[in-house]
Amino acid sequence: MDHITFLVAVVIVTALAFDFTNGFHDTANAMATSIATGALAPRTAVLISGVLNVVGAFLSTEVAKTISGGIVDDTLVTPGMIFAGLVGAILWNLLTWLVGLPSSSSHALFGGLIGAVWVGAGSHGVNFDKVVEKVLVPAVASPVVAGVAALLATYLAYRLTDRARKESVTKGFRVGQIASASLVSLAHGTNDAQKTMGVITLTLISAGALGHDAGPPLWVIASAGLAIGLGTYLGGWRIIRTMGKGLTEIQSPQGFAAETASTTVILTSAHLGFALSTTQVASGSILGAGLGRRLAEVRWGVAGRMAVAWVITLPAAALVGGLAAAVVQNGGDLGTAVVALVGAALAAGIVALSRRNSVHAHNVNDTHEVTLRTEPPAKVGAAA
Amino acid sequence: MHLDWTALGQVTAVSLGVTVAVVVVFALGVLGLARLEGAREHPGGSSALGLGQAALCFLACAAVVAYGIYLIVPQFH
Repeated sequence: MDHITFLVAVVIVTALAFDFTNGFHDTANAMATSIATGALAPRTAVLISGVLNVVGAFLSTEVAKTISGGIVDDTLVTPGMIFAGLVGAILWNLLTWLVGLPSSSSHALFGGLIGAVWVGAGSHGVNFDKVVEKVLVPAVASPVVAGVAALLATYLAYRLTDRARKESVTKGFRVGQIASASLVSLAHGTNDAQKTMGVITLTLISAGALGHDAGPPLWVIASAGLAIGLGTYLGGWRIIRTMGKGLTEIQSPQGFAAETASTTVILTSAHLGFALSTTQVASGSILGAGLGRRLAEVRWGVAGRMAVAWVITLPAAALVGGLAAAVVQNGGDLGTAVVALVGAALAAGIVALSRRNSVHAHNVNDTHEVTLRTEPPAKVGAAA
Repeated sequence: MHLDWTALGQVTAVSLGVTVAVVVVFALGVLGLARLEGAREHPGGSSALGLGQAALCFLACAAVVAYGIYLIVPQFH
């Protein structure tokens, strides 16, 4: 283990920490609608999702061969920059979780790396063409496509089952939701766990601990899979509440339509080589499903805040990543330790803040708001 | 900069088509199930027709799910 320097060890731990936040940030994508409609009990939902994430991590052998898919020049990237980028991504993920906003974990990672590489190697290290092609275009297109598909499907589902027995319809679609939500989880595991494995593997290669073109060692696959699975099982209840209750009141046919739309968009895009954010696809689907049912209320204020979060995710993570990169570059091991400590302190502070008004498995469906105030917010029934 | 509009169009068309098809077929299956359960409560309705419709539709959906799993798991390719 001669090659594992202090910096490399810190990068590996930070990458696993990011993987963990990625897991609990994205539980909502697959499970929010199933939890909201009662298709799955909250604890069961996160357990299924967590297990499928681990399974997905082991299934997929196509580990990301580049850290960023060409968004930054991988030859200029040092372990220090990766560390700084990861810190930016983790802090942004935690902050958006605190306010209950579903933002893209992939965009946070890209943003953190862009900021770190920009500061560390100069602006020529960032391929802005690729940023537009791989981040901006899918970010605009994928939620729209998923939303339109879910809207049409929801409308037709309600038209077709209009006159049928209500209990039979609700029950039938609830069972369907279990299958569709599980598919989203599996697809998520195969995609997102790979990113962390790629980051750790490339760090090990750059440090000389692994040969070039080496695949990830088993301990990397296992730890990345477990980190994302544990994060998923812990459940980002604040985000689950926003996606399941905040955007619109979801019924089981809508949940099924939304999850089907998410699955097909994610799978067809992956098949054709489009990188996209599971979070944005899932949010688009839920909005579409809300619009597809007549008289369903869509809370545009929540949707608007979400859209703002999407727009600032990349630059915000880039800012933190850049700042951290500057400290790491000038401070060496001491600077790295300082960034790690400050990052851990900020993360602990955010978690402490969230305790003031904690959202968990037992109260996730009680209301549609995620607030930081201590007084209990108005119940859905009374407010809506 | 190179934007692959064809691929984008394909994603749009396939996603729309598959989503709507799966949800419509599933809705028809649920409709069959509702008919079956309705026939149990009010004898005289055709329960066999409902059962057949539900079975056929859910089978079709299961096939799509199987194909989805096939696409997700690279070992199958």
